Amino acid sequence: MTAKVVITGIGVATPNGLGVDDYWAATRVGKNAIGPVTRFDAAQYPSKLAGEIHDFTAEDHLPSRLIPQTDRMTRLALVAADCAFEDAGVKPGDIPEFDMGVVTASASGGFEFGQNELKKLWGQGSQYVSAYQSFAWFYAVNSGQISIRNGMRGPSGVVVSDQAGGLDAIAQARRQIRKGSKLIFSGGFDASICPWGWVAQLAGGLMSTDENPERAYLPFDTDANGYVPGEGGALLILEDAEAARGRGATNIYGEIAGYGATFDPKPGSGREPGLRRAIEAALADAGLTAGDIDVVFADAAGTPELDRVEADAISAVFGPGGVPVTAPKTMTGRLYSGAAPVDVVAAVLAMREGLIPPTTNVTLSPEYDIDLVTGSARTAPVRAALVLARGYGGFNSAVVVRAAD
Amino acid sequence: MSQEFTIDDLKRILLEGAGADEGVDLDSDILDTDFEELGYESLALLETGGRIEREYGISFDDDTLAENRTPRALVATVNALLKDAVGV
Amino acid sequence: MGRRVVITGIGVLAPGGIGTKNFWSLLSEGRTATRGITFFDPSPFRSKVAAEADFDPELHGLGPQEIRRMDRAAQFGVVTAREALADSGLDLAGLDPYRTGVTIGSAVGATTGLDNEYRVVSDGGRLDLVDHKYTPQHLYNHFVPSSFAAEVAWATGAEGPATVVSTGCTSGIDSVGHAVELIREGTADVMITGATDAPISPITMACFDAIKATTPRNDDPEHASRPFDGTRNGFVLGEGSACFVLEELESARKRGARIYAEIAGYASRCNAFHMTGLRPDGREMAEAIKVALDEARMNPEGIDYINAHGSGTKQNDRHETAAFKLSLGDHAYRTPVSSIKSMVGHSLGAIGSIEIAASVLAMENNVVPPTANLHTPDPECDLDYVPLTAREHTTDAVLTVGSGFGGFQSAMVLARPERSLA
Repeated sequence: MTAKVVITGIGVATPNGLGVDDYWAATRVGKNAIGPVTRFDAAQYPSKLAGEIHDFTAEDHLPSRLIPQTDRMTRLALVAADCAFEDAGVKPGDIPEFDMGVVTASASGGFEFGQNELKKLWGQGSQYVSAYQSFAWFYAVNSGQISIRNGMRGPSGVVVSDQAGGLDAIAQARRQIRKGSKLIFSGGFDASICPWGWVAQLAGGLMSTDENPERAYLPFDTDANGYVPGEGGALLILEDAEAARGRGATNIYGEIAGYGATFDPKPGSGREPGLRRAIEAALADAGLTAGDIDVVFADAAGTPELDRVEADAISAVFGPGGVPVTAPKTMTGRLYSGAAPVDVVAAVLAMREGLIPPTTNVTLSPEYDIDLVTGSARTAPVRAALVLARGYGGFNSAVVVRAAD
Repeated sequence: MSQEFTIDDLKRILLEGAGADEGVDLDSDILDTDFEELGYESLALLETGGRIEREYGISFDDDTLAENRTPRALVATVNALLKDAVGV
Repeated sequence: MGRRVVITGIGVLAPGGIGTKNFWSLLSEGRTATRGITFFDPSPFRSKVAAEADFDPELHGLGPQEIRRMDRAAQFGVVTAREALADSGLDLAGLDPYRTGVTIGSAVGATTGLDNEYRVVSDGGRLDLVDHKYTPQHLYNHFVPSSFAAEVAWATGAEGPATVVSTGCTSGIDSVGHAVELIREGTADVMITGATDAPISPITMACFDAIKATTPRNDDPEHASRPFDGTRNGFVLGEGSACFVLEELESARKRGARIYAEIAGYASRCNAFHMTGLRPDGREMAEAIKVALDEARMNPEGIDYINAHGSGTKQNDRHETAAFKLSLGDHAYRTPVSSIKSMVGHSLGAIGSIEIAASVLAMENNVVPPTANLHTPDPECDLDYVPLTAREHTTDAVLTVGSGFGGFQSAMVLARPERSLA
């Protein structure tokens, strides 16, 4: 039950970087990638900014057979999967196929693909709907397509818990390895920057309407006024630590050491939100105390009420200003199920370099007694990091990542 | 005006709806090569069939795609349907 | 063996069988709930039949605001979760909310709600730049269907881990399997789990029409779902939900709970082959079955009944028949196999949980539900599919399986907890 589970390969695609090197080069210096929406004309909508991935051409990376049947988020995920395999030094045939699986998170599925087919259905007629609509938009598509492309026949899964799902998927992958699988692919991707996805996200009422890319997404700032959505995510290769060493894995980025998840009480109950308990559960699961954590990657909702809940939970566990806190997602916007896997990537890269990437654009509000890393990156030894993620409605998840020895 | 469906029309629709397998050259002589050998399984053929039906305003039987296993056969079937559609 | 997990409460909402009692009457009498579509005009579609549930949310205790904000599938899930909790006899106030979690399976989330709202904001498919002034706030809950788990958590008071499990048509098994893992590892003591889907909408009919997966037997809707029959030609879309209360065995015994069954084994595998197609050899499903039996510490001979996926497509029926033979050997020929999809249709992500409910009720009653409409067996499907009428049969352990788009293949073994372990 206590097998150590380590990260041995990474594939990442975010608005500020494709691939581990690009992503980290941009993130460590606080390179902003939020800008005006270019994928459609957003002039008529109250929110006009997004974190878009601009330099990705799926056709350069994937066989043409896959293009007509995939949404953008699946193309990103498939390419990230290829990169992660390469990074891990594993080829699909190296490990028995029933010992490898895929557990991903999704928030909204292939929403743009669905949009296009809904438009054909209502605008032209039901016979115009694509044969691929039967799976290209649904939440399980990335796990399915990745398993097919890479010949992975072991335990697989898909979780949907909005932004918290990225951590829930990693936890489920760790369970499968502890039950005997050798290698599980995990993480999440979302990319719903299309008109239909935009109005659905606007409906949540939490998006920023500020039109200045440097003032729109300001978690923990006095001027916090909502979030900016982005697209992308990360996929991690997780392996049993002994098996990874046995095959001579060269990149052992870190260990998924602890996990905790809770759900908030029903609104209006007056009971304490669940985030603090999720953090405590993750620490206990890792066998660590608050003092062992060197940095917290915050969920950073960007709305005053949710920022308050998170700051309170962090302060309750670590004490006022007790641990450096950062939110590099201020550079990319919130990536839904992709956000937390990207933060896990940032956490292991922070360990590798001994550098905490910054929360850009934010001036910490005096309301919060957290030690937020603002301005530029901070040099610090990082041996253990806590990653937090929350989903709409009350989902709270926490993962502890620890340096591999 | 009678319309004709050619192998080039078929290739164009195949590429749009299903792409092409690496290692398959659609520009070579594929008229008598099985769709399966060209890398198009039933799902790709259903998508292709749907596109042909919509573009040419014809309607296949449920078995049309299963029975016409090569480009030559499918092109001929489409042309026969187009002729019927125009009326004699 | 560590912590063992048992079912102590059931709630079911199926076409023709709302509530556990009505559901079992439908199955044990071999009646079918498939019919011509009434929810919208089906005339443009190739397949015009479905298994629709006659569901009135207000009759089931949902308030006007709940009805407004929830997709039909979320409504189903809340109703069956409440029913399961009531059935378990667990006192909501006595539950430790932190040790109670939620997993809800759904293949297509709020697809019906999204279909309806898209039609409005696009003004009937006219606008590319859809109009946000016509969106209700609950559109976000449709956008991310984790809202289903949130609604169930609010309805039951759970504050432990919560998520939606969405592995296509195996979601209903995988959701319950996920919940079992959380109790076994000690993260939770009680799980509210199950699945829900309400996919009968134009977009779903259109996408299955496009791949000819649903049956065109429109002139005989009551007999349109025909798993294992030589004349079958596709599945009948359904809808519904089933939820369960799962508890750790010892604590369930301690409080004197009625124990329906132990979830003794569970596994899922992938075919890594095709998004919609199946390998004919059934090997991945066989592998999942073997691992589930191992986990249950049971030999194939321990299985008394197989609740099949039996969707009524030729490919599936042959695939899983092969998988049963591969995993159970000769015992496959001696074991009754049936598909309740012949009666309640295929409700995508929900059906796996509805089939778990059917399996548990088969154990309760020692009666195996039939495969309705099975008159002319497909010669390639040569097992005992319990045609037409239910059968009295001592049923101490059931294997239930699922198979779905994306290549997922799942298997679960349900057994009486007092059995001796192999």
